[in-house]
Amino acid sequence: MPDSTLVGLHHEEQHHPELLHHFAEPQQQRDAASLGMWVFLATEVMFFGGLFCAYLIYRRWYFGDFGAASKTLNATLGATNTAVLICSSLTVVLAVWAAKTARRTLLLVSLGITLLLGLAFLGIKGVEYKDKFVEHHVPGASFSFDKVPLPGHPGQYANPRHAQIFFSLYFIMTGLHALHMIIGLGLFLWLLIMAWKGRFTPEYNTPVEIGGLYWHFVDIIWIYLFPLLYLIDRHP
Amino acid sequence: MSMPTTIPQPVERENYLNKEYGVWSWLLTTDHKRIALLYLVSITFFFFVGGFFALLMRLELLTPAGDLVQADTYNKLFTMHGMIMVFFFLIPSIPAVLGNFLVPLMVGARDLAFPRINLLSWYLYIIGGVMMMHCMLTGGVDTGWTFYAPFSTNFTNTKIVEAGLAIFVAGFSSILTGLNFVVTIHRMRAPGMTWSRLPLFIWAHYATSIIQLLGTPVIAVTIVLVAAERALHLGIFDPKLGGDPVLFQHLFWFYSHPAVYIMILPAMGVVTEIIACFSRKRIFGYSFVAFSSIAIAVFGFLVWAHHMFVAGISIYSALVFSFLSYAVAVPSAIKVFNWTATLYKGSIHYDAPMLYAFGFLGLFTMGGLTGLFLAALGINVHVTDTYFIVAHFHYIMVGGAVMGYLGGMHFWWPKISGRLYPEGWARLAALIVFIGFNLTFFPQFLLGYMGMPRRYYDYSHMPEFQVLNVLSTAGATVLGVGYLLPMVYFLWSMRYGKPASDNPWNAAGLEWKTASPPPTFNFDEEPVVTWEAYNYEELDAPHKREVPVAR
Ligand code: HEM
Ligand SMILES: [Cu+2]
Repeated sequence: MPDSTLVGLHHEEQHHPELLHHFAEPQQQRDAASLGMWVFLATEVMFFGGLFCAYLIYRRWYFGDFGAASKTLNATLGATNTAVLICSSLTVVLAVWAAKTARRTLLLVSLGITLLLGLAFLGIKGVEYKDKFVEHHVPGASFSFDKVPLPGHPGQYANPRHAQIFFSLYFIMTGLHALHMIIGLGLFLWLLIMAWKGRFTPEYNTPVEIGGLYWHFVDIIWIYLFPLLYLIDRHP
Repeated sequence: MSMPTTIPQPVERENYLNKEYGVWSWLLTTDHKRIALLYLVSITFFFFVGGFFALLMRLELLTPAGDLVQADTYNKLFTMHGMIMVFFFLIPSIPAVLGNFLVPLMVGARDLAFPRINLLSWYLYIIGGVMMMHCMLTGGVDTGWTFYAPFSTNFTNTKIVEAGLAIFVAGFSSILTGLNFVVTIHRMRAPGMTWSRLPLFIWAHYATSIIQLLGTPVIAVTIVLVAAERALHLGIFDPKLGGDPVLFQHLFWFYSHPAVYIMILPAMGVVTEIIACFSRKRIFGYSFVAFSSIAIAVFGFLVWAHHMFVAGISIYSALVFSFLSYAVAVPSAIKVFNWTATLYKGSIHYDAPMLYAFGFLGLFTMGGLTGLFLAALGINVHVTDTYFIVAHFHYIMVGGAVMGYLGGMHFWWPKISGRLYPEGWARLAALIVFIGFNLTFFPQFLLGYMGMPRRYYDYSHMPEFQVLNVLSTAGATVLGVGYLLPMVYFLWSMRYGKPASDNPWNAAGLEWKTASPPPTFNFDEEPVVTWEAYNYEELDAPHKREVPVAR
């Protein structure tokens, strides 16, 4: 699916139009881009790692309070969002495959659905945030968590301060995750436009591939966040 | 520095400097060599800002009474000095200037893997720097560069969030540099440039990049937590609300200990190149030196709590961290022994870069050995938060890293600028820096051992400390002259220096096999490497002082 719009965009040499001047061959360029994304994801692991570390420490210290706070989260919406993201991972895989095998319609559709699923995730997240706001569970001056029973300790109440630490971590972790989702949406919008213009071919589809890597990573973070935040001490 | 009567003009050929002129050709460049120069100018600026604060502090400490500045101002002085020197000078220094310039040249590539990301990293650095300057000019921060909670989160009324954001942004610039280096070293090596043929400078930068990539995000997220805590009083670091201030210290040092290796590893790489060249010998134990860099990067992540022995961590974890801190000294010692063995029976040339390398060896060894003192629990408890600490880390960071940086600047200056610097002046400057440095910081070991606390602006209860403090301030003045000199003669040589040949030191390494200064894409034809690293037996001695003829 070579694209006529690209002719003339490139310089003297007759190599592939998307090959940048400092690479010897397309393969090298692809390898560099995908290694670059993997390395970047390693830094992301460390970025979230600091938060997970703080979470684990406080969860061990204040297990009961964390359990009580966690129970106020809407696990149904959380589970729905998990499903939404898992589906979007599938559509991302499809998009990569479509780009590699020159299936233009499938590529456009998969990218489009990915975008929609990402938006759905953020919408649901927004509803959850709103609920927390209404319930005064947002840390800060208006925070209140009075007389919430401590799971497993009849007659005792959770310590609001410790619950506030839970909610702080909840908002920071899911907030940073949502920020990554928003960046991902921007990325996929760009991919969609490029795909629309027919930029991706079986020879050149690295952006789809590394965009996909990023998307999967953001999904995986959520796969950890969901049980850690929503499912503390829940019993059927 | 008398001006030569006839100014020799090099035979002009197109290179990265004269290819294009004009501000935009610099500000929008994606050439790693030009970006290196952008960094050079910017970090030099910050070095002098940070140095100015240091000088003010040394002036204050000239007399026991707090007379020149008040306590508040002094607190801000050491904080802004530390933050600027660490995050805006030393961390970017060798990697972003020399590394940026040399990594592609040394591996035989036309550029770094992601040239635009490289430029982005400079812009992030500048944005961070502007924020830091703005924060500084509108009041600054008084917490110390460590911004420990809960002081930073609940009590100080200075601009901690803005400074934090500045460091956050600069941190991403550092991450992007590391990312570029790792990918370039993996994917862009010229044919024949196997891992075991890479210069050890490259191995050192590879190890540095690993730390930048895996450590910096942790300080970034710590800053996010501090900012959130400060804005909303979440309680994450506040003991009153059930939080743990020691957790802050863990997160902070998880980055900031490895960060000292971000500062020293590149200097080790520089010194390795210089020592091999000016001993005219293959480096002794290549693979040991290479893997000791990696070992430092890995073990460096496991010793952070040696900064927290008095912060209330358990005695058992203190023991483990003490032991690990000893362990991390092993790879550094391996390097020192290998450098020494390389010198042994080498035919040594005492050119200026080599003088800096010698300075590095001595001062780094001092810093490293006193680091072992500090890793011992008993001594640590006695001297922690005294001038012993200040002396120790300045021996590593200024004595080690800045010496390495200056040595590297001299060594590669002919490549960077196409001109030779004045050798006599350079040797004199190296000597002045060495003397000034020791005069400044050696007395601080004694002061610290005698019990003078760090971060104090007034020591009038202990007037007997004055003699050593006066020596230290005198040394700082000498040191200042030593730092100004190279700046002056480097600038001078850009115009009046003798033109450099492609390989004025007759050094091994691909960077010397292209023109000085190199063309924009580094090599006229793609190099193919068929020889081992440091093949000095096959090269003649340096012939730098000959004026080269037309190329
Ligand atoms: C690359 C160069 C340098 C770096 C990275 C560096 C780093 C630091 C750091 C991190 C601190 C601790 C700040 C704090 O307590 O929060 C500090 C303190 C200090 N530095 Fe430097 N420094 C450098 C150069 C210098 C030079 C050249 C001088 C001397 C002229 C100097 C003099 C001081 C003084 C007087 C203090 C304050 C000690 C105290 O009151 O505790 N520094 N430096
Ligand atoms: Cu340390």
